[in-house]
Amino acid sequence: MGILDVKNVNKRFGGLQALGDVNLNVAENSVHAIIGPNGAGKSTLLNCLVGKLIPDTGSVMFDGQSVLGRKPFEINQMGISRVFQTPEIFGDLSVLENMMIPCFAKRDGAFELNAISSVGSQTDIVERAEQMLEEMNMADKRHMHAAALSRGDKRRLEIGMCLSQEPRLLLLDEPTAGMARADTNNTIDLLKQIKEERDITIAIIEHDMHVVFSLAERITVLAQGTPLVEDTPENIKGHPKVREAYLGESA
Amino acid sequence: MLGLQKKDASLLLLVFALTMLAPFILNPFPEGSGWAQFNAGYPDLMQRFVIFGIFAIGFNILFGLTGYLSFGHAAFLGVGSYSAVWMFKLLSMNVIPAIALAVITSGLFALLIGFISLRRSGIYFSILTLAFAQMSFALAYSVLTPITGGETGLQLALDDPRILDSISAAAGGNIPVPSLFGIEMRDSSEWSVGSWVFTFNNGYYFAAFIMLCSFYLSIRIFRSPFGLMLRAVKSNQQRLNYTGLNTRPYTLAAFVISGMYAGLAGGLMAAMDPLAGAERMFWTASGEVVLMTILGGVGTLIGPVLGAGMIKYMENILSKINSDILHTWFAFLPDGLEDFIVTIIYPFIGKGWHLTLGLLFMMVVIFLPGGLVEGGQKIAKLFKRGKKDDDGAKAADATTPAE
Repeated sequence: MGILDVKNVNKRFGGLQALGDVNLNVAENSVHAIIGPNGAGKSTLLNCLVGKLIPDTGSVMFDGQSVLGRKPFEINQMGISRVFQTPEIFGDLSVLENMMIPCFAKRDGAFELNAISSVGSQTDIVERAEQMLEEMNMADKRHMHAAALSRGDKRRLEIGMCLSQEPRLLLLDEPTAGMARADTNNTIDLLKQIKEERDITIAIIEHDMHVVFSLAERITVLAQGTPLVEDTPENIKGHPKVREAYLGESA
Repeated sequence: MLGLQKKDASLLLLVFALTMLAPFILNPFPEGSGWAQFNAGYPDLMQRFVIFGIFAIGFNILFGLTGYLSFGHAAFLGVGSYSAVWMFKLLSMNVIPAIALAVITSGLFALLIGFISLRRSGIYFSILTLAFAQMSFALAYSVLTPITGGETGLQLALDDPRILDSISAAAGGNIPVPSLFGIEMRDSSEWSVGSWVFTFNNGYYFAAFIMLCSFYLSIRIFRSPFGLMLRAVKSNQQRLNYTGLNTRPYTLAAFVISGMYAGLAGGLMAAMDPLAGAERMFWTASGEVVLMTILGGVGTLIGPVLGAGMIKYMENILSKINSDILHTWFAFLPDGLEDFIVTIIYPFIGKGWHLTLGLLFMMVVIFLPGGLVEGGQKIAKLFKRGKKDDDGAKAADATTPAE
């Protein structure tokens, strides 16, 4: 029984069966990749996990509790953090402020009317955010406008913001999409380092096979909304069904 | 000082000095001189400066921090005014309970409207608030006449109960005036120095004191974790949701707080002049506070106050200039040229002051998107660069967006 347990999930958009009987089990403290060609339903599946979409049928259990019907912020408070395909950060705020917001969310919960004390007087939050920036090697950029960061740094900041909440499950949606090779490799190293240093489960949706095979311990292949195979990277590499899904029957 | 950073504390001190010395600052020209018409130091106008300043400060907490553009804030102003006048009628001519009730009712009203309107964002939110405000206006104008006085507005009457004041009211034959524990709001003392006359009005100083408190509170809100969350709402609501924060109560709290500021302004208006009319809730009044905030600088601390002052000054001073005054100004020119220039300028003054305001607004939006505050920062930067050329980059870093 894994930390994330998806059972018989179906999702239909009009005439399109986006997900058909998806079963997925992510073991605690593993790195699990979900791959598949375009339109395989990877993003739909992810959106069902974080509360953006509600599946038509089936169940999604996180650590023994159902996430279905909960709002994204509630699911986050349960311990699931999500990294988006294009980095979603607070572009108008400074890097330090960006990092402080998840720290507040971790300490105070979903809502706290703290309108009189100044941000600077919340020393525990400031320290925590500074320490997190240190770990992300971004301490020197703390007063920069987050919108002015490079793509790779935005990604790094976003991951740092997710980690500062100490989530039990980190969901990454194509974390290296649109990145240069060097940035991609940096992100891979960062994720490896995170895995080594923390007790955390990582589920990653990825297009880039280089990223998948350097990180994943288990891989699920989705095609046309249904899981084809689930196995270790070594076995997936040569699997005929996978080749078929990616390259077409003639290959 | 007062739990503020040095920069904010000096801003508060500046506003303190400006409001306390307003009778002098706004009265630079001696009586009887040709420039006396530009004096804005009379109680009515000074009261309006600070009251609309409060209105705009509150509006900025919603619009400046969260980016939610409410087009119905005048409704809260109107509700505040009505509540205050009712308090004068029923309880006492003391302004404290009147203003307290104004803040509470407008807060409750904002809670209701905000709860419904905040289900949508962007233009739909604006339209919803506009619809609510227009409904309130229409109700106040017609159906609710027993409560609001309808077209004539809500006024005091000699036979109002005034439970707490009954003894003193029976003595005089006039309708009593709003007061603060006996200090009448409309009373002024005058001080003549040479040909200058400076007016110190009780009502103005009371309103100015409340405005300072509101300004101080808004600084605290801007710098608080709550303010940070509101700025995060404006920046990226999706990220906030996926960071485990529920945006709805944050935006609702901001909406209610700014509604209470509007109610406070409305209550103060009634305290200065105890009548309330439905036109205070009309949509143009809601539009005016949007203009004030944008003109001064959205999301800046002092911008809304500046914008409110600017618009109220133009409304009251520019609109007083007529063609005769223009002719006297340009009398030194040859006749033909004089008439020509007066014809050119005439549409921009008197009743045409809206045209000037419109042009000014366009210029600010195009050239100074950060409002008058950005203009001030640019000028300050120019001076700094003049002093030390290589310091320019540092100055650019130092100007944080929320000053």
